[in-house]
Amino acid sequence: MRITCPHCGSRGLTEFSQQGDASPLRPDDGAGEAAWVDFVHFRDNPRGEHRELWQHVLGCRTWLVVTRDTATHAILRVEPAADVRGRPRGRT
Amino acid sequence: MRYSVWSLIRQGLVGNRGWPEAWRDAAPKDRYDVIVIGGGGHGLATAYYLAALHGITKVAVLEKGWIGGGNTGRNTTIVRSNYLLPGNEPFYEHSLRLWEGLSAELDFNVMFSQRGVLNLCHSDAQRDAFARRGNAMLMMGADAELLDREAVRAMVPGLDFANARFPITGGLLQRRAGTARHDAVVWGYARAASALGVDIVQNCEVTGMVRDGDRISAVETTRGTIRVDKVGLAVAGNSSRLAAMAGLRLPIESHVLQAFVSEGLKPWLDTVVTFGAGHFYVSQSDKGGLVFGGDIDGYNSYAQRGNLPTVEHVAAGAVALFPALGRVRILRSWGGLVDMTMDGSPIIDRLPLANLYLNGGWCYGGFKATPASGWCFAYTLARDEPHELNAAYRLDRFATGHLIDERGAGPQPGWH
Ligand SMILES: Cc1cc2nc3c(=O)[nH]c(=O)nc-3n(C[C@H](O)[C@H](O)[C@H](O)COP(=O)(O)OP(=O)(O)OC[C@H]3O[C@@H](n4cnc5c(N)ncnc54)[C@H](O)[C@@H]3O)c2cc1C
Ligand SMILES: [Zn+2]
Repeated sequence: MRITCPHCGSRGLTEFSQQGDASPLRPDDGAGEAAWVDFVHFRDNPRGEHRELWQHVLGCRTWLVVTRDTATHAILRVEPAADVRGRPRGRT
Repeated sequence: MRYSVWSLIRQGLVGNRGWPEAWRDAAPKDRYDVIVIGGGGHGLATAYYLAALHGITKVAVLEKGWIGGGNTGRNTTIVRSNYLLPGNEPFYEHSLRLWEGLSAELDFNVMFSQRGVLNLCHSDAQRDAFARRGNAMLMMGADAELLDREAVRAMVPGLDFANARFPITGGLLQRRAGTARHDAVVWGYARAASALGVDIVQNCEVTGMVRDGDRISAVETTRGTIRVDKVGLAVAGNSSRLAAMAGLRLPIESHVLQAFVSEGLKPWLDTVVTFGAGHFYVSQSDKGGLVFGGDIDGYNSYAQRGNLPTVEHVAAGAVALFPALGRVRILRSWGGLVDMTMDGSPIIDRLPLANLYLNGGWCYGGFKATPASGWCFAYTLARDEPHELNAAYRLDRFATGHLIDERGAGPQPGWH
């Protein structure tokens, strides 16, 4: 598996660290307990296309949103997380 | 037929042509009291204990491929009960005791070999943590011994005691721990369950669930729709997919864990050694191959195969610990689909539906749990309440905060 970082180009897996599903959004301060339990612990965990947070830790250290197929490990899309921020998203 | 030395001699005299089939490869009926989805060790053990201890025999185990083709057939077979926390240790110690009597109970040699499991430590802090864990184990009825450096050297002389980065300061040894033969566990439970009337249905993938209010009234499979009273999930890394069929989500991520076997060697290692600090552990199989592994790759995966950096990392751990391994060749590597929970501990509980139950979240360590997991899951399915041994493995702990986080890693499945 290689990931093409938008800043650094195609790099090997050892330079990156994964932080799971990128879809859950941090609840608003006033959100109830159920929203927090869901955000912290529950995941869709699909077989197939999955939007994930990755960090290029041993490169430019940018946080990325990587869309990847969990059944084949094919990388479908890589975007800087900052560009994704603010765009409507969340679970589909 | 009872397996014994007499049956062996008798069959030897007739050219081994009289052995009956070990278990029935059943066709699905149209209704069962309990359907267990997943024909790994946990599903088969559940079916066996449902029939043997709770008198529930209208049971089917539905397996999408062949039994034992999942993690049970892919694991490195380490069996131990060396946990710290009260939610875990009594369960795993119960499991270890069931292992000690399993070959006799199932009339099938599961080749449980109590060769010991030795966890190495490399600093004072780690040794203190081991002493604490060993004391907790003793207090909960298990066995544990804290070894100093010289005792470790006497036991495993091939270790690198001159390693500057990871100096070996001692180890935590559980002598009653060891390894077992994975396929024999599958076949032993299948044979014993089948003899009690359980249907083992292979090539039968569950593709959907028919929901009737808060109940599952039937499961849809590649071999037809089957009506059912209670459904138990025991599908390891596929838990989230099955839960999704019932409209539920779980605190689980599926990850890949790789394992390896070397070419066959003469007897070289007579215990199991784990090098947690370097992400490597090893034992030697009866055929002579070194069976070893490390940590999960660290990203969500359903691929049942991993990537090369992990192979390199595990190999580096191997030669750092045992320099003599530098010239040993790896024969095979493979991956399994592990069900990592948010606190690193399993779930044996009813899901928030009237008749759907989950046995899952075994992470990278559920083989040792197989007997107790089946035992507790059967109890929970039969009585609709947990046994005290699995009372802590509830799903609502993720909401109430009663997490069982042995590592203290927090809600990141990849870090447990
Ligand atoms: C490489 C590796 C090393 C490991 N090492 C150890 C170890 O040393 N010690 C230890 O204690 N544990 C270890 N484990 C963990 C252990 O193997 C598992 O926790 C345990 O075997 C899980 O058993 P199971 O019966 O729950 O799952 P499995 O054996 O995976 O069985 C689940 C079954 O469900 C079936 N299934 C899935 N979806 C469907 C469907 N839709 N319909 C029908 N059937 C379905 C699958 O085909 C599979 O056969 C290791 C795991 C791996 C991958
Ligand atoms: Zn970069």
